[in-house]
Amino acid sequence: MELSKDISGCGVAGFINTDGSLISGIDIVDSITLMKDRGNGLGAGFAAYGIYPDFKDFYALHIMYDNEQARKITEEYLDRKLHIEQHGGMPTRPIKKKRPIFFVYFVKPREQSTKVESEEFRTDEEDEFIVKLVMYINEKIDGAFVVSSGKNMGVFKGVGFPDEIANFFRVDEYKAFCWTAHNRFPTNTPGWWGGAHPFSLLGWSVVHNGEISSYGANKRYLEMYEYKCTQKTDTEVIAYLLDLLARRHNLPFELIAKIFSPPLWSEIKKMDDEKRNLYTTLRMIYGGALLNGPFSIIVGFRGGMLGLNDRIKLRPLVAARKGNTIFMASEESAIRYVAKNLDEVWMPEAGEPIIVKLNEEAYKKVYG
Amino acid sequence: MYEIDAKDVYYRKLNETIRDAIRNHKRDLIVDNVCGQYYIGCGISEPDITITINGVPGNDLGAFMNGPKIVVHDNAQDGVGNTMNGGTIIVHGSVGDVLAYSMRGGSIYVEKDAGYRACIHMKAYKDMNPTVVIGGCSGAFMGEYMAGGTLILLGLTQSKEKPLTGHYLATGMHGGAIFIRGKLNEDMLWSEAETVEPSKEDIKSISKNVKEFCKIFKIDYNRVMDEGFVKVQPKTSRPYGDLYIPGP
Repeated sequence: MELSKDISGCGVAGFINTDGSLISGIDIVDSITLMKDRGNGLGAGFAAYGIYPDFKDFYALHIMYDNEQARKITEEYLDRKLHIEQHGGMPTRPIKKKRPIFFVYFVKPREQSTKVESEEFRTDEEDEFIVKLVMYINEKIDGAFVVSSGKNMGVFKGVGFPDEIANFFRVDEYKAFCWTAHNRFPTNTPGWWGGAHPFSLLGWSVVHNGEISSYGANKRYLEMYEYKCTQKTDTEVIAYLLDLLARRHNLPFELIAKIFSPPLWSEIKKMDDEKRNLYTTLRMIYGGALLNGPFSIIVGFRGGMLGLNDRIKLRPLVAARKGNTIFMASEESAIRYVAKNLDEVWMPEAGEPIIVKLNEEAYKKVYG
Repeated sequence: MYEIDAKDVYYRKLNETIRDAIRNHKRDLIVDNVCGQYYIGCGISEPDITITINGVPGNDLGAFMNGPKIVVHDNAQDGVGNTMNGGTIIVHGSVGDVLAYSMRGGSIYVEKDAGYRACIHMKAYKDMNPTVVIGGCSGAFMGEYMAGGTLILLGLTQSKEKPLTGHYLATGMHGGAIFIRGKLNEDMLWSEAETVEPSKEDIKSISKNVKEFCKIFKIDYNRVMDEGFVKVQPKTSRPYGDLYIPGP
């Protein structure tokens, strides 16, 4: 394959069926592959929601290992900490290049491990327990990385073009109500399997086009809350910030968007008292979570999808609707290629989130 | 009339096909099933060519173009008319960000809306005076760093949810003219730009371009001209001359 390096800029795409209906990965692969030239073969990946209905009460750990030794150590550790309902090698098709090995584990913290037994994890919260576990594996076990750790979802990612990665992970064989995808053109950091997007923790997954120039500040801020940034690239912080702000601080997405992409001070000055007070407070309390630099992101979360641009829109993002399906992508053509006769197409404004959630009935069906 | 099917054709191949057709003296090209192919019409100089596009063309449509006319029967993406020198682009729909980026000549007519940074760094030189008419509304940073040329914004799609234009209008603008139909919220305007009443000369230029726009998209000219225009221009001839070096 000839590399076309004269075009740059990552590509993102995603869609969600708000009625919870499941569709195979074929459309998302077509959509992201249409923007093949936005990447250079050094990273691609997919996040899929609703793919493990038979194990929906278990955390699905997708783990990447550099070697058998790492697997042995990690599995001993998992055995000690968790109840493993089922596990196995992830289904893959053969490829020629050197690649890590991938395993999936459907797990639950044991009763005693959340309460009494464990010294490291003295907490009642299952989610909190899993976050700590993921951080431990990523930081302490050489050659092992947790790619995703949510319930009824999973991430498939690696070094290659999107169609190659999709083929490798047999993405076409999964059925999900929400898919996101990424096509990578690494600029500042190495193109390695763990560095491909989406970045994921619990139910959060992030695909990102752009550059987080506030990475250092965000990383230090997250370290105060015991998140470890181990994947050598900027996007990782967005996944952890979402976990911190949405899960632990229980903030609504509308506010989180304004923390990530706040209005400029000149705009805040012109607001009425109440709004000015709110935005000033957000800047003061959550300054460390402000994302500086150009970005467009698509976030997958438990029961929904979110699209967001930086505050002055330095990266492209287009959204569209057809019936119960909402699409987002870097380019309109990537949506039009997989969905004819759209009901609506629009370009979201800078810093204005598009938040899409499953309807109540669908949520119950998928997670209930 | 020469038809080209672009279905699943890679952008390089498609652009080669278009160039080959022009080399073989085809003058009226119709490209069907376009979906995201970049650079259509890039650098083509022959003036009497028409390229009709059915579908959504990819980024940088008509970049560095010198002569032809491109007609798009759908929306277009980012970078329409990037550094274009001459010719015409007509979009029967909306366009993405950075419309007419560094455009240096020719004209662009957009039926509906434009994204962010329309006409960023557009410039004029001697008899080259690029003209852009946007029928709908525009995103923020319209006319950013604009150095020359004429931009006309009609706001025909304006509604309660869709403002005429966004923040930071004419940021860094130091040449050319922006004409906006209807009432402009002055809060949107950058500090070094100002609004004035258009002169007689200006009205003449607006009328001429709006007439052409209305002819293309079959819109009632009198209805459009019923409302007045404001002109946005830089406050001085060198508004940023003292930005880095203190002035007198």
